[in-house]
Amino acid sequence: MYVAVKGGEAAIRNAHRLLADRRRGDRSLPSLTLGQIAEQLALACDRVMAEGSVYDRELAALAIKQARGDLIEAIFLLRAYRTTLPRFGYSEPIDTGAMQVERRVSATYKDLPGGQMLGPTFDYTHRLLDPSLAGDDAPDDPEAREGDGVPAMRVSDILAQEGLIEADGETGGEEIGDLTRTPMEFPMGRDTRLQALARGDEGFLLALGYSTQRGYARSHPFVGEIRIGEVEVEYRMPELGLTVSLGRIRVTECQMVNQFKGSAKAPPQFTRGYGLVFGQSERKAMAVALCDRALRADELGEDKFAPAQDEEFVISHSDNVQATGFVEHLKLPHYVDFQAELDLVRRMRGEHARKQGGDEAMPEAAE
Amino acid sequence: MTDNSVEETRAQRLSALALADGKDLLTLWNGLGIDPACEMVRGPETGLIALRGRIGGGGSPFNFGEATATRATVRLDNGAVGHAVTLGRDRLKAKLIAILDALAQDNEMASKIDQEIVTPLTAALAERDAKRKAETAATKVDFFTMVRGED
Amino acid sequence: MATAHIVEGGFADPVFASQSVFRAVMDAMARPGSVLPIDAGISPPAPLNAAAAAVALTLADGDTPVWLEAEMAKNEAVAGWLAFHTGAPLAQMPSDAVFAIASNPAHLPPLTGFALGTQEYPDRSTTVILQMASLSDGPVLRLSGPGIRTTNSIAPRPLPGHFEMQWQAINDLYPRGLDLVLAAPDAIACLPRTTRIGNGEA
Repeated sequence: MYVAVKGGEAAIRNAHRLLADRRRGDRSLPSLTLGQIAEQLALACDRVMAEGSVYDRELAALAIKQARGDLIEAIFLLRAYRTTLPRFGYSEPIDTGAMQVERRVSATYKDLPGGQMLGPTFDYTHRLLDPSLAGDDAPDDPEAREGDGVPAMRVSDILAQEGLIEADGETGGEEIGDLTRTPMEFPMGRDTRLQALARGDEGFLLALGYSTQRGYARSHPFVGEIRIGEVEVEYRMPELGLTVSLGRIRVTECQMVNQFKGSAKAPPQFTRGYGLVFGQSERKAMAVALCDRALRADELGEDKFAPAQDEEFVISHSDNVQATGFVEHLKLPHYVDFQAELDLVRRMRGEHARKQGGDEAMPEAAE
Repeated sequence: MTDNSVEETRAQRLSALALADGKDLLTLWNGLGIDPACEMVRGPETGLIALRGRIGGGGSPFNFGEATATRATVRLDNGAVGHAVTLGRDRLKAKLIAILDALAQDNEMASKIDQEIVTPLTAALAERDAKRKAETAATKVDFFTMVRGED
Repeated sequence: MATAHIVEGGFADPVFASQSVFRAVMDAMARPGSVLPIDAGISPPAPLNAAAAAVALTLADGDTPVWLEAEMAKNEAVAGWLAFHTGAPLAQMPSDAVFAIASNPAHLPPLTGFALGTQEYPDRSTTVILQMASLSDGPVLRLSGPGIRTTNSIAPRPLPGHFEMQWQAINDLYPRGLDLVLAAPDAIACLPRTTRIGNGEA
């Protein structure tokens, strides 16, 4: 029998109050400001914006503060906030070729037009903890140097001049998939897949990308190019019929170049995986590009045997808000479900015992 | 001026204002020393703009996330209607842009706004860009095999 | 000033006005044939009537292409007004439309030309808003089906040609089909796809 039970209101109220206290921590320390989080934990904000799928640095900072630094909880908060807002419309596609570049590297060409610009990278640091950061020492101002004015050409355009690489991806459909508007269906278009990957969990996609390098869908990847920087967001205002800039966002773009031995459908050439994510987040962009390429197995006529090539598996499990919701719901009351299971197990044990001990049966000792 | 160039100028002005920092805009607005009576026809209200990229950088468009945006529409006493949309949640900024858009429909006012607000904002952004560009350029790798143009 | 008319005449208080119109549409859909007053205090450009416009402002947004019957589509004021107040793009074909608005139902293309949904997603269909001169002095339609205890009746005019036959064809597609909002200037009534017209064996 199911009995509705009420209760726990006071416990919940007090738990929330306790949470607020523990979130604030030691009152003798100054409270974090959103500006401090946005500026000094900038990459955490980038991750929350990317996986929360809302570009708003201050909201990401607020979410991180409220979530006590639990980034998946912060992402959840941002996703929830997002649902309260109307959608005004769609931007024009951003032009990453016109990016105000802050970092740009290629592993395939040393001397590419525009050069290799390391930008603010962790690469080449020695990963030694820096005790000076325990204090408040001001770092030196960055060096500045006159640029050579050569625009940073996209690496894919260099290879394309020789005809050795496939073109930028065309989906062929006129409708642009949007998983926030229509339920997911498999197989899905590459457009919807890239949308899912852009908001997917960094850790999950990183592990899958790693698996492709270790032989689970070998795709011989090279980083054709990673670029990080600001791009303008243009929007056609329906009220005026004019296309205007709304401001800028920082994005990371990764062009992964993959050797491809050719198939019945295509000649030997380089193929590509593509990753585009909010903020400065090249680990994520690279992982997305690896997964994007692996998930094109059907399109390119490749054998499918690895988890990273399984679209339904990858996309259905890449969203950490969905994942955490389903995993964490297990801790909510399942008293009635469990009672039913308990009865079932007792009955099965009883039958099991009767079979073992002949028809005389054991007493119902399990009770 | 032809209709096209009027429209183009309007779009450029709206873009320059949207790209500006809200605090800088407010400072320059206060410097303009006018406070026209206006009615809010819509907003300022915050919503989302769905952002699109292109597969491979230049291929088919796809949706890759959303950004907060704020829009406003005002009407001045003379009937001029101004619109604004800008990324972020700065309602005052959106309202000011809409007022400036409405004011700029008067030619004389337009050149005053361009001179005293749009030009300085564009210059400030260009300066910030140049600084960042130079900082990035300083991290450019000079491979030893390259011929350097120093002598 | 061309843009001045376009920005005027919308909901004075978008949140409360659209809530009340939404309530009316919901009730009218739930009780097919019931006439619900719409008083949203808006003044759309002609030939758009106030009730049809209120429904459009309440339901349409940037994700819902709106198809306008030819006469209205040519009217820049109507298209501009809807674009400003809803952000909805105009649908080129009836079959691309989430909402359709017709000021002159006599010129409406066949109902089966609108989006009719799929077996998996019957909801992916057009909601057609037909502007009516009146909901009470046209030919009487006897209605039956879900949301109607025995029968209900309504007398809208002007209806599209061969309306009862066309509606029968929509009924036959169930669960696919489409839903109608009949919008007199100051009131609405709805015919969801489940409603049958005729001498009603329900």
